[in-house]
Parts: sequence; C-alpha cells; structure tokens
Amino acid sequence: MTEITLRYFAWIRERTGIPEERVQLPENVGDVEGLIGWLRTRGPEFDHAFETDSLVRVAIDQVHSNRDAPLSGAREVAFFPPMTGG
Amino acid sequence: MSTDRPDISVQAEPFDITAEIDALTRGRADVGAVATFTGLCRDEGGKLAALELEHYPGMADAEIARVVDEAKTRWPLTGVRVIHRHGKIAPGDQIVLVVTASAHRQAAFDAANFLMDYLKTRAPFWKKEHLADGTEAGWVAAKDADDQAADRWSASG
Repeated sequence: MTEITLRYFAWIRERTGIPEERVQLPENVGDVEGLIGWLRTRGPEFDHAFETDSLVRVAIDQVHSNRDAPLSGAREVAFFPPMTGG
Repeated sequence: MSTDRPDISVQAEPFDITAEIDALTRGRADVGAVATFTGLCRDEGGKLAALELEHYPGMADAEIARVVDEAKTRWPLTGVRVIHRHGKIAPGDQIVLVVTASAHRQAAFDAANFLMDYLKTRAPFWKKEHLADGTEAGWVAAKDADDQAADRWSASG
C-alpha cells in the first residue's frame, strides 16, 4: 500500500473541510483521474468538492499536472481551483 | 520543494519598491532600464473590505521560480525580482511586485508583462473577498482574459 499526502486549497479545502491528510492509496488507483473518482466515494463533502470537474486543478509534488498523470512515486498530490493571484 | 532564491519572495509583509530597484542597480553600469509592476488591492467601488490571499507554501515559490527562469531564457535580463504577498490585504495595499532590469527598455517591459501574465495563471494563489457590508465572502473566479493574456506568449514565442 502506498501512503501519500493530499492537500486541498481555497474552496476545495472549504468543501472537504480539511487542508491536508495522509491516505493509503487503493491498489486500483493509478492516476489522478482515478484518485478523484475514489475520493468522491469517500463522502458527500468530497463528492461536493470535486463535482465541478472543470474547475479542479492538480499538482503532483508541487508541479502542475494533468488528469492522466500516473501517481507512482508521488509523495504529495494537491487539488485547487484555477489560480487567481497576481 | 521550497526554493531559497534571493530573487523570489512569498511573504506576508509589504515591500519597499525603491529598495528593490536599488538592489538590482546599485554598483552596476550595465543596466539601462528597470521596469516595475506593482499590483494593488482595489476596493471595487467601496464594496470590498479586504482580500485574503491563500497560497500553497513551497509550490508558490517553486512555480514563480520556474516562470522567472523562463523569462530569463526569453529576454537578456540583468536582474529580476518577484515578491508576492499572502494573507489579509486591505484596499490600497500591495499584493505583488515584479521588477525587471536589462540593458534596454523593451526587454525589461516585455519580461515584466510576461511575468505578470504567467504568475496570474500559474502561481498557486487564491483570492477570497471580504465585503464591507460584512456579508459572506466569496472566492474570486479566474478570468478567461487572464488565460488568453498568458497564451499570447506561447503563440508569439
């Protein structure tokens, strides 16, 4: 079993109710898309956090990433809405 | 993966623009142009009490570093300085500073413009609005115009 850190920011953090957590990745979760699908089954707050699929961005180990990116070797996966800095 | 680069700061404190320009020019005779951009918090016609800037510690620094390095490959810069604030920011207060220095003005102007366009769409910061009437604050939505502004650099580059 692989353990990774998940981090949530902005309204995705508010919806999940937690800024970060350590989870054991299920064996059948291999990429970001699969991880989102699994997270949505963990409860209504997670389903709500990820329901607006087009507004969810992801970073693996603090680098912007895509939905089809593999999770092998990842230590930290972060989810956040489109950025509004500057 | 937090970076420890002197040209990039992610901080709660305000910044001193004159001191930052001085740091890129003092003791040098090869710098012919310095461009600065300062982003400030608007009050949106009196509606806004404050902005709250959330960021992703570590990645914010790292992503700004990647954008700065990209600017350095595109333009002949003698120096760059980027400061992005986080936390609660009142109307009129500073949010972001970009300083670019070069031998000639066009590189300094263009690099500063590029840096701001890329920071807005790539640096992990999120703005939440606190309203003056005390009502529930909302998260600022990303603008398509910001994506288009960033995209033009790949179209022309």
